[in-house]
Amino acid sequence: MALLEVSNLDVRFALRQGDVKALRDVSFTLDRGERLGIVGESGAGKSVAAFTILNLIAKPGYIADGSIRFDGRELTTMKPRQLQQIRGNKVSMIFQDPMMTLNPVLTIGEQMIECLKAHRRIRRRDAREIALNKLHQVYIPSPERRLDQYPHELSGGMRQRIIIAIALLLDPDVIVADEPTTALDVTIQAEIMELLLELCEKHNVALILITHDLGVVSQVTQRMLVMYAGRVIEQGPTREIINDAEHPYTQGLINALPQMATPGQRLNQIPGSMPSLANTPPGCAFHPRCSFSVDANGERRRDCREVIPTFVRSGNCDVACHMVRELVERHSPEHDASDNGPSEKREAL
Amino acid sequence: MIAFLIKRLFHAFLVMFIISVISFAIQDNLGDPIQQMVGQSVPDSERAELREELGLNDPFMVQYLRFAKNAMHFDFGYSYFYGEPTIEVVLRHLPATLELVFATTVLIMLFSVPIGVYSAIKPRSPLSRLFMGVSIVGISIPVFLTAIVLIQIFAIGVQFTPFPVDTGWGSWLNGLLSTDGGMPAYGRGDVVHVVGTWSTNFASLEGLSYLVLPSISLASIMLPLFIRLIRAEMLEVLQSDYVKFAKAKGISMRRIYFVHALKNTMLPVITVGGVQIGTLVAYTILTETVFQWPGVGLMFLDAIERSDIPLIVTYLMIVGLIFVITNTLVDLIYGLVNPTVKLTGKPA
Repeated sequence: MALLEVSNLDVRFALRQGDVKALRDVSFTLDRGERLGIVGESGAGKSVAAFTILNLIAKPGYIADGSIRFDGRELTTMKPRQLQQIRGNKVSMIFQDPMMTLNPVLTIGEQMIECLKAHRRIRRRDAREIALNKLHQVYIPSPERRLDQYPHELSGGMRQRIIIAIALLLDPDVIVADEPTTALDVTIQAEIMELLLELCEKHNVALILITHDLGVVSQVTQRMLVMYAGRVIEQGPTREIINDAEHPYTQGLINALPQMATPGQRLNQIPGSMPSLANTPPGCAFHPRCSFSVDANGERRRDCREVIPTFVRSGNCDVACHMVRELVERHSPEHDASDNGPSEKREAL
Repeated sequence: MIAFLIKRLFHAFLVMFIISVISFAIQDNLGDPIQQMVGQSVPDSERAELREELGLNDPFMVQYLRFAKNAMHFDFGYSYFYGEPTIEVVLRHLPATLELVFATTVLIMLFSVPIGVYSAIKPRSPLSRLFMGVSIVGISIPVFLTAIVLIQIFAIGVQFTPFPVDTGWGSWLNGLLSTDGGMPAYGRGDVVHVVGTWSTNFASLEGLSYLVLPSISLASIMLPLFIRLIRAEMLEVLQSDYVKFAKAKGISMRRIYFVHALKNTMLPVITVGGVQIGTLVAYTILTETVFQWPGVGLMFLDAIERSDIPLIVTYLMIVGLIFVITNTLVDLIYGLVNPTVKLTGKPA
């Protein structure tokens, strides 16, 4: 049985203009020790997905439907007190901006010790010892001194290390990292990512990595989800998706990487921008931007415009696209050639 | 820290200098003191002599320098009305005002924090809405009106008889709607002498009862302000990433509200609040007048009526000084409470 099982999750935000559907029918699983990447543009619902796992979605957001099972226990209907016992203890989180994540008026030590004391009956001195040990693990220089310092006395990279140490304090089963390196200096990003990967491997912690950096996803994760306008549109083994994406949107994302551009030419891009969640197009949400949804007569395919695509199995991946479904169902031997163009270049990644 | 203090001291001097120039300019242009000092029968020649004697014919700068030199020694001259040094008159009245301000501050702190925090944690509850509604009313009604209403209800008493008085239930309901009054609302009552010019209301229950109505009406304008300030700050802090992170750590909501959020909420409240407490000293003018509370506010109003200019100037200077001192204290406290602020003499 999977460690974490999210199925048919619907998350909505009750706004004055009506409900905005932030997540629709999102399902995925995570095994013990597995590393899963969630990618997509800004506003695709990645962060909402991250916060929903711990049922941390703030009002006016709410879980409208679906289930989140962690270690056999249902989280969506769990009482707040029990949920509190799982947060930070079994499942911990790393936030995007380390400058904002630590409380400015409490010392580092205080913020680590309170977390231990919330979950274990432990003496303050022992808690301090554990905190110190974790700071060693994330390679913080002179950790004893750090415990008595305030967040503003440390750099961004250092703070993110401390947040990772906090996430590891209670030896959790899962760490949910919401763009853990986005707010950091480029030079620090790689260090932090490497540290996170190393610690997850060493302690056999499962990782859900939310990011829009495809390079990081391909280096760190074993499986990935691609999200678009609140839906999962493609999921499967990371290597397979990166090397041979099926969904036109995923192809577009990979094509947009600077490595994919011809030197001296403009970078490739997906025309248009992602629709707002309050106003997603009917049918496949991607169809207005999709070059494959136009048929030979230059008109939009009707199924793309009207029917929400369901997942179809292609290789080891699940893809939600009418075009891919046609290709798979026809068992066309040339279906690999249909995504003409970038496939040779993708090998270079 | 030392550099910070020296810098603040310099600021304080600058502010006091400006206040002194303004108060002195008022002194120079506010009515004719000679007219207040002597009777109508005194001939013009004697008036001119007195004018010369008091130095009122000297140029502005000379008069100001003389004033400033004396002010350094807290010598602001003699009150025309009391015939004694003004500083002594002010010091005699100051304890009453400071006690009133202190009682009001205690009331504000006691009620603003719990109410502000509650209405931030449960912004949609009926009780929060009630607090917010009442606070708007409190801010909008002037202090003297609140004071008069309080006097009518609690000191004089209200007899309201919409129900038949000759039935048992009728008189019971009438009793609910009526008040007996009896709360003291005039002056300070019996006070217990402590030291020097300081007599206190805090020593006996009876003394305290005299403080109740004045301090409530003085608080009526500041308390809503504090409640709304705390609520607004708390609401913002509750949206912050570090509160979300604390939730993700599995910390109890109680600890999140009262350690993580409240500590950050109080930082701006200290700055704004400290200054407002200083302002209270000035607000007492209205309250003291309505309740005939023998403090500096009432004294100031009387001094204006009597054109007792030295006393007016002394009041302005002393209240200015209180302002400067509270502001400096607030900055000092803020620096000690907020770890991200270092108290240095360097410009930020």
